[in-house]
Amino acid sequence: MSLRAPLLFVAMALLIVATGLVQGWNLALTILNMGLISAIMSLGVNLQWGFAGLFNVGVMGFVALGGLAAVLVALPPVPDAWNAGGLRLLGALALGAAVLVAAVMAWKRKVGGRARALVLLALLIGGFFLFRAALDPAVQAIEAVNPSLTGYLGGLGLPVLVSWPVGGLLAAGAAWIIGKAALGLRSDYLAIATLGIAEIVIAVLKNEDWLSRGVKNVIGIPRPVPYEIDLQRSEGFAAQAAGWGLDPVTASTLWVKVLYAGLFAAVLAVILVLAQLALASPWGRMMRAIRDNEVAASAMGKNVTARHLQVFILGSAVCGIAGAMMTTLDGQLTPGSYQPLRFTFLVWVMVIVGGSGNNYGAVLGGFLIWWLWVMVEPLGLWAMELITSGMAADNWLRGHLTDAAAHMRLMTMGIILLLVLRFSPRGLVPER
Amino acid sequence: MTDILNALVALSNFVLIPGAAYGAQLALGALGVTLIYGILRFSNFAHGDTMAFGTMATILVTWGLQSVGISFGFLPTALIALPVGIAITGLLLMGTDRTIYRFYRKQKAAPVVLVIVSMGVMFVYNGIVRFIIGVGDVNFADGARFVITAREFKEMTGLDEGLAIRSTTLITLVTAAIAVALLFWFLNRTRTGKSMRAFSDNEDLALLSGINPEKVVAVTWLIVAALATTAGVLYGLDKSFKAFTYFQLLLPIFAAAIVGGLGNPLGAIAGGFVIAFSEVLITYAWKKVLEYALPESLEPSSLVQLLSTDYKFAVSFAILIIVLLFKPTGLFKGQSV
Amino acid sequence: MAEPHLIGEGMTGGYGRGADILHGCTLSVEKGKIAVIVGPNGAGKSTAMKAVFGMLNLRQGAVRIGGEDITHLSPQDRVAKGMAFVPQTSNIFPSMTVEENLEMGAFLRRDDIRPTMEQVYDLFPILRDKRRQAAGELSGGQRQQVAVGRALMTQPSVLMLDEPTAGVSPIVMDELFDRIIEVARAGITILMVEQNARQALEIADTGYVLVQGANAYTGTGEELLADPEVRRTFLGG
Repeated sequence: MSLRAPLLFVAMALLIVATGLVQGWNLALTILNMGLISAIMSLGVNLQWGFAGLFNVGVMGFVALGGLAAVLVALPPVPDAWNAGGLRLLGALALGAAVLVAAVMAWKRKVGGRARALVLLALLIGGFFLFRAALDPAVQAIEAVNPSLTGYLGGLGLPVLVSWPVGGLLAAGAAWIIGKAALGLRSDYLAIATLGIAEIVIAVLKNEDWLSRGVKNVIGIPRPVPYEIDLQRSEGFAAQAAGWGLDPVTASTLWVKVLYAGLFAAVLAVILVLAQLALASPWGRMMRAIRDNEVAASAMGKNVTARHLQVFILGSAVCGIAGAMMTTLDGQLTPGSYQPLRFTFLVWVMVIVGGSGNNYGAVLGGFLIWWLWVMVEPLGLWAMELITSGMAADNWLRGHLTDAAAHMRLMTMGIILLLVLRFSPRGLVPER
Repeated sequence: MTDILNALVALSNFVLIPGAAYGAQLALGALGVTLIYGILRFSNFAHGDTMAFGTMATILVTWGLQSVGISFGFLPTALIALPVGIAITGLLLMGTDRTIYRFYRKQKAAPVVLVIVSMGVMFVYNGIVRFIIGVGDVNFADGARFVITAREFKEMTGLDEGLAIRSTTLITLVTAAIAVALLFWFLNRTRTGKSMRAFSDNEDLALLSGINPEKVVAVTWLIVAALATTAGVLYGLDKSFKAFTYFQLLLPIFAAAIVGGLGNPLGAIAGGFVIAFSEVLITYAWKKVLEYALPESLEPSSLVQLLSTDYKFAVSFAILIIVLLFKPTGLFKGQSV
Repeated sequence: MAEPHLIGEGMTGGYGRGADILHGCTLSVEKGKIAVIVGPNGAGKSTAMKAVFGMLNLRQGAVRIGGEDITHLSPQDRVAKGMAFVPQTSNIFPSMTVEENLEMGAFLRRDDIRPTMEQVYDLFPILRDKRRQAAGELSGGQRQQVAVGRALMTQPSVLMLDEPTAGVSPIVMDELFDRIIEVARAGITILMVEQNARQALEIADTGYVLVQGANAYTGTGEELLADPEVRRTFLGG
């Protein structure tokens, strides 16, 4: 292996260290933590695109499902809400699922064209109204329970770390459904389908208050690491902090971030190792063979669609894990903050810039692009102030340009993506 | 009898007319997507942001016109500004093609590469729009607000239900009809238009026949600029302009183009209306119409809204999936690569 | 003796940077005559024709039409010089009407194309009846007629056909060959690759048998049909 990748990683580490020296370690650690999460998302997309050539632009949806998992697993249950309508709601959901299963079974029956279509239609329409009739009162009852604080069912009250694999499972489930429908069709169709499912997931999170409190947000998700305030109160930690030459407040903030970084780095390492093993395994070779020549692979008896479904589910699950980690880090689920440009397309920039098909490249891209995403704003502001420094303080254009600097991010990301695609389409760390 | 009339009026007021306007806007957007697909053979993810850019350009020109005191009487000033907005957008698209897309065309890059490239273009356009006009809501409709207000209608007919026709709705339908007529005249009657269809049908044979691909591509971008800007301005007049909303229109627009059959202009129009009416029908609260239409004993107590309006994307999505499952080339036969 | 109207002389080359497919292959046709290229699968028949049309780079050899060297012209420029090419597959615009297909054939012409269109309709009367119908909806034989008609719209001096009878029934094939003879009688030089060697050689003024990208046998159609060697190896006895 050439020195290129290690050198680039060292350079990336230096960038973060430099950020710490210039702008403070708090910011550097914040960037590092989201960089770790971004690297995992980027690995997930790389599994799909780099290994298999699948074009998934629904990353946001899978990430948000991971976030939902954090709520459903870690938050304490709301007993009043469960008493008010929990079982009825579960019953309604089961009914809805039963209708869908029945519809699929009716569809699979080989008999009769028009009769089958009519039965299917009746089943779906009747089932829908039945479902709504069962669901709506339950939802109303649940959402009526102390709406300003709860108004939802809550979670299972388990440790939040459990939510990380659960987030992966939720995302995998969604990926299975979407993959069943859209894989095997043209690549752009999968793209549109995933774009759609992502919007729908966000719509569900925003509207189904009984599930996620909707736009009222869920705050105070329990942490896997100590709270700053507890650290500050602890005698031992204060002494430690003094030993480092830091005041307890700063030290606790940094320490919590370091702990998170350790957790995230462990997950990243595990996923990276697994991804590397997968890439080198016969399964990975077959996947790349399919990517490079689908026709030849299917002529050799490979079930292309089934393989694609596997890798699509795996990649989406990785994104779901990253999503649960991110929500854990934030300590809150805010469905309104999920933006496709930030959570889908930015991850794509990471993969392409890093080097699609190369796991190390994807990880590097995750760090680098996240660093840029954070740094472009202050850099842009600085540039704008430089440009406008000759203008009067109340100049209209000056004000406009300085305000607009906040929007430099998207343009910068776009330009980076276009430049990489044009001049270095294999990315920083190319696939071997 | 009056009940039935009232039901019909309510239906037209809340479902048919808004649905038709929205459908026309989607159709224009989908036409742009489908033309790019037919000629350049990729799904253009930057289309929503192209619409946003065109609308922004038109808004800026509108403001300029308003500041020097020019208006269009009872019609919105934006309609005078529209051609200028189209021209600016045309320049942007041609410039983008020259600097970015042409390179990949010469390389005969795979369609999916062009899709990713269009993602980069999407970022840049989005950035430009945010940079220039910001992310907030911009309302730029002026002129008369209503062709006929609900009150006037009630006085005229003596019915309980009012039928309000907003001028933007009427403008949308008329402008869209003119745009579509012009497009089809161009595609079916002119030499250049026919050469575009030929190129879309069979690129190699078009080259053998002496059709200049660069000219076809340039004309396509110009038409796309016109369609996207018009669609965006009509949508903005009807609702309001907001950069992010336009990005989100990508989904229903693509759904419309795919449902109709990618690459097929007629299909794009049909697809636009299918998607728009499905969205409106499924997210409309039917209580009012049913109260008039049904005997008292059957009147519904709830709103009879099948899905909350926030799920309108789910509707386009569901239709998209159904079409993909059962008729992957769309209702009208589209191309497949 | 004057040079033949179309000549591809000592052509050597292949696609892109790949290996050579043609090895010093020579094809020539007199004005208003029919030349047919036959040979076993993979002999480079279509490649030879594409070389004449400029669709691959020649490393050696020359192509001349009416004495003018066109070796370095692109296919598009060769169309302007009076060449017309009917590819074997996807040789029509399927969603366009028959008439529009013909119009597109005449895309480069700025004069009145209606007389030419009438000539095409006279040659293929069925197309006149179907001129408002989408070409993609026609039968296989009719589509080939559209394809030939489209090529004729440039008023070419040379018409090149790549397996025009592939996938059509024997009756349609005979009909198509009759039309091709008619086109030749109108003074158009015809170069054609054919899989149905026996029938094609029957109408050929000149026949070329290619083997591995080089001329193996050359002669009039009758001579080749009578040559026992050719009969044994290529015509199945």
